[in-house]
Amino acid sequence: MFLPGVMMSENTTEEPHVFPVGRRPGEILFATLTMVIALALLAAIFWQTTWLPGKRLAAQPRFWPGLSLLGVVIFGFLHAMSRLRVTRTPGRWIEATVWVRSLEFICWYMLYVWAIPVVGYLSATVLFCSALAFRLGYRGRMIGWAALFGLCVVLFFKTAMNVKIPGGAIYEFAPESLRYILLRYF
Amino acid sequence: MDLLLSSIELIARWDVMAALFIGSIGGVLVGALPGVGAAVAIAIVLPVTFSLEPIVGLTALLGIYGSSMFGGAIPAILVNTPGTPVNALTTYDGFPMTQRGEARRALSLAYSASFFGALFSIAALMLLAPVLASIAPMFGSREIFLAAFLGILMVIITHRGQVLAAGILAFLGIFIQTIGIEGTAYTQRYTFDLPILQSGVNLIVVVLGLFAISQALILFMDKDKQTTFPKVEKVGFFEQMRDLWIYRRIATVGSSFGVICGMIPGVGEFMSQFMSYAYAQRTSKTPELFGKGNPEGIVASEAANNSVPAAAMIPLLALGIPGEELTAMMLAVFYVHNVIPGPQLFSGQMDFVLALYICLLLLNVIVVVFLFFATTTLMRAMAIPNRFLGMMILTFSLIGIYSLRNSLADVATASAFGVFGFILKRLDYPTSPIILGIVLGKLMEDKLRTATARVHSFWEFIDRPIAFILFSLIVIALGVQAWTVWKDWTAKKENENA
Repeated sequence: MFLPGVMMSENTTEEPHVFPVGRRPGEILFATLTMVIALALLAAIFWQTTWLPGKRLAAQPRFWPGLSLLGVVIFGFLHAMSRLRVTRTPGRWIEATVWVRSLEFICWYMLYVWAIPVVGYLSATVLFCSALAFRLGYRGRMIGWAALFGLCVVLFFKTAMNVKIPGGAIYEFAPESLRYILLRYF
Repeated sequence: MDLLLSSIELIARWDVMAALFIGSIGGVLVGALPGVGAAVAIAIVLPVTFSLEPIVGLTALLGIYGSSMFGGAIPAILVNTPGTPVNALTTYDGFPMTQRGEARRALSLAYSASFFGALFSIAALMLLAPVLASIAPMFGSREIFLAAFLGILMVIITHRGQVLAAGILAFLGIFIQTIGIEGTAYTQRYTFDLPILQSGVNLIVVVLGLFAISQALILFMDKDKQTTFPKVEKVGFFEQMRDLWIYRRIATVGSSFGVICGMIPGVGEFMSQFMSYAYAQRTSKTPELFGKGNPEGIVASEAANNSVPAAAMIPLLALGIPGEELTAMMLAVFYVHNVIPGPQLFSGQMDFVLALYICLLLLNVIVVVFLFFATTTLMRAMAIPNRFLGMMILTFSLIGIYSLRNSLADVATASAFGVFGFILKRLDYPTSPIILGIVLGKLMEDKLRTATARVHSFWEFIDRPIAFILFSLIVIALGVQAWTVWKDWTAKKENENA
């Protein structure tokens, strides 16, 4: 955010409030996708919300969803228009690829969450941290640090703070005396 | 006096003190780690605080909130990378000072200005408390609606250069809060007959996705940077205070900007520090040195941004209106414990409010003492590689999301918001308008419905003094924005014709 009148350095000049001087790759793509989704939701307003006869406008269940979606569409349109008129930095689809690439880590994350009720929080966390560190390019001692970090997280949050995370199904195979401890603390 | 004793009694417990200590030190640490920041830390810790008493949970969150900016100044000064976005302006003068071999002085000025700013705002608010307690009951439904509307308006128009993007996101936030079964006629809104959407979208899940998961994704896509830190000697506390005395005028004015901006919903640290910086530059005897290592620049920005947290608690506690995303997250703690912030809290439970201010005071003392001993140790923590830090954030974020309801659907929703937040950050768009849209949108819907049941015309809506003042502020804010747009438009046309 910039404030007119503040000259931060020789290279920084006053930035405009509303009208940008350039646009980043993916801005139009983002504005278009947002508008399309908002318009689709707006088209569904008649079967996704209710109009109650005899009620004031502000008390209508349809009022705020309609108003907010209309706001998204109007601001989205103005945003796209303001961005269309300025110099574009190429790389729209490369940027879109980066967005898609991020989904790989979401898959890792979902796998981790899925594994917790199966192998238990301790094993899942230590494995997740080490494997993700490996995937990120770390080797040797860093993998050990990642595993140690996972262990510390479990010891602090589950063992000490007793945060509500379910035990693993695998713990059912543990001896009777150990099972309670595993389920309760790990 | 009884009020003060009652407040001290509330916090004179080992669990409150432990929360304060852990929150403060943790806040400095997360502030000092570029790529983490208070928002990520609060998002992660938030669900854990739900099992604690309100005063304990809020103290821990306040600790993180109030101390992160202290920590954020360290990498801003030493390696030209702000620890939190709020410390960006500190880099302009802090890093050139480090390059000149004055890292120690720059750090001591940042610490002392931050400390001064925090104390100034706490003192100002303690003095203002009786006035606020008498004004707070004058806020009815229409006043709260107008204040929330002003908050949404301000959060949009203060995002300079990104006003339209902020508008999209604020309205998107308002829409998100409407999903689910609404609370008056119990009709479904945008649930698509899916059971998981009937209870609506959980704010905590959105917060963790937008702040924590998205930040982890940003760090994963980044490269690890090799950072070399300059050698810094230990910083003397009294020496800090002496040095700040030279710049007392700038520190006082900067802190005043912080208090004012903190109290206005939607404005916050960014605006206060830019105003403070602009003032310092305008009144300086050496304005040409700003951006090249002028100590006045560090004092102006740090005093202003550290005076905001205490002030930002005012609209939250007195009206139940959060000014920015961090106080919006704190609001969740209140709601979970069925403590509803608003006029009744401010007039009826003043000891609770005062206890929070005492905690803010204590946390600042803890942080300054900690930094006195631990600046060099903190520099070691800053050497954690970016992507490793991303892995840590992702692991932490699970605790917050999964411990809520052990729901895979929550994790999937948070992940979706994580990807959305990642895209926003890649495009350099702000995420705070969504959170404020969700929180203030709900407030606006409820209050407008209640208010319109009693009033029958627009003039009746604003015929009370506070309502009229708020309405006038909205008109002024819109007028200033329209004038700014016109000025930008004419400047743009002139440039095109030239």
